[in-house]
This record gives sequence, structure tokens and C-alpha cells, in this order.
Amino acid sequence: MRRGDFLSHVAWTGAGIAYALGAQGLLSGRAVAAAAGGVEFVQISDSHIGFKQAANPDVAGTLQMAVDAINAMPSRPAFVVHTGDITHLSTAAQFDDARAILSQLKAPLIALPGEHDVLGNDVAGYMKAFRIPGSKPGGWSSWDANGVHYVAVLNVFNFEKMGILGSDQLDWLAKDLSGIPASTPVVVFTHVPLYALYPDWGWTTEDGSNALALLQRFDHVTVLNGHIHQIVTHEEGNIRFASADATAYPQPKPGAAPKPGPVTLPRSELLHAIGYRTVEIDGNGLRFEDRAFG
Amino acid sequence: MKQIGLMILALLLAVPAYASAPTTVEISNDAFHPAKLTIAAGQTVTFTNRDDDAHTVTSSDGVFDSKGIDTGQTWRYTFNKPGTYAYFCALHPFMKATIVVKAGQS
Repeated sequence: MRRGDFLSHVAWTGAGIAYALGAQGLLSGRAVAAAAGGVEFVQISDSHIGFKQAANPDVAGTLQMAVDAINAMPSRPAFVVHTGDITHLSTAAQFDDARAILSQLKAPLIALPGEHDVLGNDVAGYMKAFRIPGSKPGGWSSWDANGVHYVAVLNVFNFEKMGILGSDQLDWLAKDLSGIPASTPVVVFTHVPLYALYPDWGWTTEDGSNALALLQRFDHVTVLNGHIHQIVTHEEGNIRFASADATAYPQPKPGAAPKPGPVTLPRSELLHAIGYRTVEIDGNGLRFEDRAFG
Repeated sequence: MKQIGLMILALLLAVPAYASAPTTVEISNDAFHPAKLTIAAGQTVTFTNRDDDAHTVTSSDGVFDSKGIDTGQTWRYTFNKPGTYAYFCALHPFMKATIVVKAGQS
């Protein structure tokens, strides 16, 4: 499973998805970003602190690898976003352990909850440890930086209906987006995919289409999520989606196994199947690169 | 020993089959086994997670919620009130099952 080899260099531009194979494409993209004063941030996801099974007996160690790699980047990212499942079982000890590692980041952290972080529909542990600064009482948030509108939405409650945003959050999103010009690039962070990626395994948001309807009028929308522990890209009109690798362990490709449980690989292959993602945005659009640990 | 054996036999004869059946639910391969379990009111069901992943036993009507059951762990719940209890896993909503609780034996 060396997905890093064929999907690690993906660049998105306003014209659509361009595959820039090899380091040369990456370097040229960086040069453009620097010249245009672009912004760079990092996405990490699905750390599952507290998980101890064979698929990764040391999830704290692999999250630490991500933090160390981010801190060693040549230029400090504007922020790091964690797209959920910070912990495995929402316990106070697991939140403490996650904070001990993530607080070492030398860039601001924006952490969304996954369903593993709100077990029992109890959001208190997450809110205490990782609430997004300035977020609404429900935990969702938006902010503007460098001409980009960022939105963090939560779709991990009432999970019997798969991921669901709910009417309160959708009403807020409609108001939040109403004053934004269509030419403004919009980047949306979620845990569960906003579209029906694979509903049989719960990889969908029941009312996600309502959010996508609000986003359709924008020229450039990117939705970055976690939950499925693998890189999957998708396009619907001007909306582009990219699920990220976990820092903990991979899950099977949709339908490739009878169940979506953790995939156990030899250590060297595990390090190819987990990692973090760097994202650059400038006048030419948004590009990202998924960087495996091995 | 013989007396005890007779007492157990008497108990077994006095109650319906579902009351003497094992009141356990195994969670494996992202499924509850059995998917439908019938018990008598007052009985306790033991749920055991045999998967590498965590699961929950969460009532669809909000009656009970195990929260996270880690690999190898068990969770117990006593069903005192007759009825049909649909439940699912809050981490894997495609995992659905039912406990049917019949009126208890005196």
C-alpha cells in the first residue's frame, strides 16, 4: 500500500485538478506561492489517541512524528487544522495525552471533533481541551485570512443518521456565507465527508447536500475532511473534496473489505499509509501535498 | 450436588427457553451477534467487543448508551422493562441490532 507514490503530489488549480508528478512540480508550485504571497497551512487527522491495537500500537508516537515534521518545516505554517478523531474514546486522559503532543506545535491549532471525540453525544471533553477559539456555542466556526474564507463545520452528532449538520448549523452557515463575494476562495473543514462517499460504511453526511447547495455559488470551494483514514479526492461543480490520511492507521478502500475496521500492515508499510498534508493557497488556486511518514 | 442439579432442572423447566439462553451479545466484524436477542425482564445482557476497533451499544430511543467499549472490554445492562429495544453503534451507524424483553418470571 504505497498510495503516497501515486497520490502524494496532487495540485489543484482554478482550472481543475492537475497532477504534478514528482518533486519538480511541487517546487514550482512553491515558487509561485512565495511570489504571490500565498498562505500555507497543514492538515492532520484521525490520531485516535488511546488506540492500542496491532494496526498501530503507538498512535502517540506517530502523532508526535507529525508534530515534529510540521515544526521542522522551512517556513512556519499559518495554522494547523486537525479534522477530528483526536482521541479514540473521548476520555479525559486521552484528551490530556493528545494536548500534551499537539501543544508542542509552533503554529496555532484548530481542532475539530470526530465522532470518537463526542461519545455519548457528550461534547464537554472536546470543548474543554480543544474548542476552536471564537467558535459558536455548538462548536462550529468561520474566519477570514489572506483573502480566504475558512469554515469549520461539525458533522459528528446524532450519528445514527450518519454525519449530520443539523438545522441550527445550516442556518448559521447560510448567514455566514451570505455576505461573501462569489470570487472569494472558500475552504471548509469537516470530519466526515460532506458528500456520499460510501454511505454503507457511514462515510456520508445526511444533510451534507444542504451545505453544498450553499457553497455552489462560489467560484472555488475546497472541502478537507478526515474520518476515512485515506486520501480520496472528488469534484462536484466548483466544489473539490479531499479526504486525508490518518496519523494513526489506515482503513480499507470503500468496499474493498467486508468492514471498515483498522488495516494492519507491517511497520514500514504503515508509515507509508499515514501522514499529514500541506496546503498552499494563492492567486492560482489551492494545492496540497500528502506527506507519508515513511 | 444432585439436589442442586434438580433445582437447576426445575428452574429450567419453569421458565421459557429465552430466559435460560445466554444473555450475551458478541460484537465482531462490525456486527452485533445475535442481531436479535430475546430475554426476560430483569435479565442482564453482557456485550463484549471482539473487534480491533472500538464500538458502542447505543439505544435508538436514548434509553441506554455504553459510550466507548474498547477492544476486549465488556459492558452490561439490565433490562427491567419489557419492550423492544433497537440499538446501534454510534461509531458505525450501519451496525444495528435489537433486544426484545418479555415480561419477567416470578
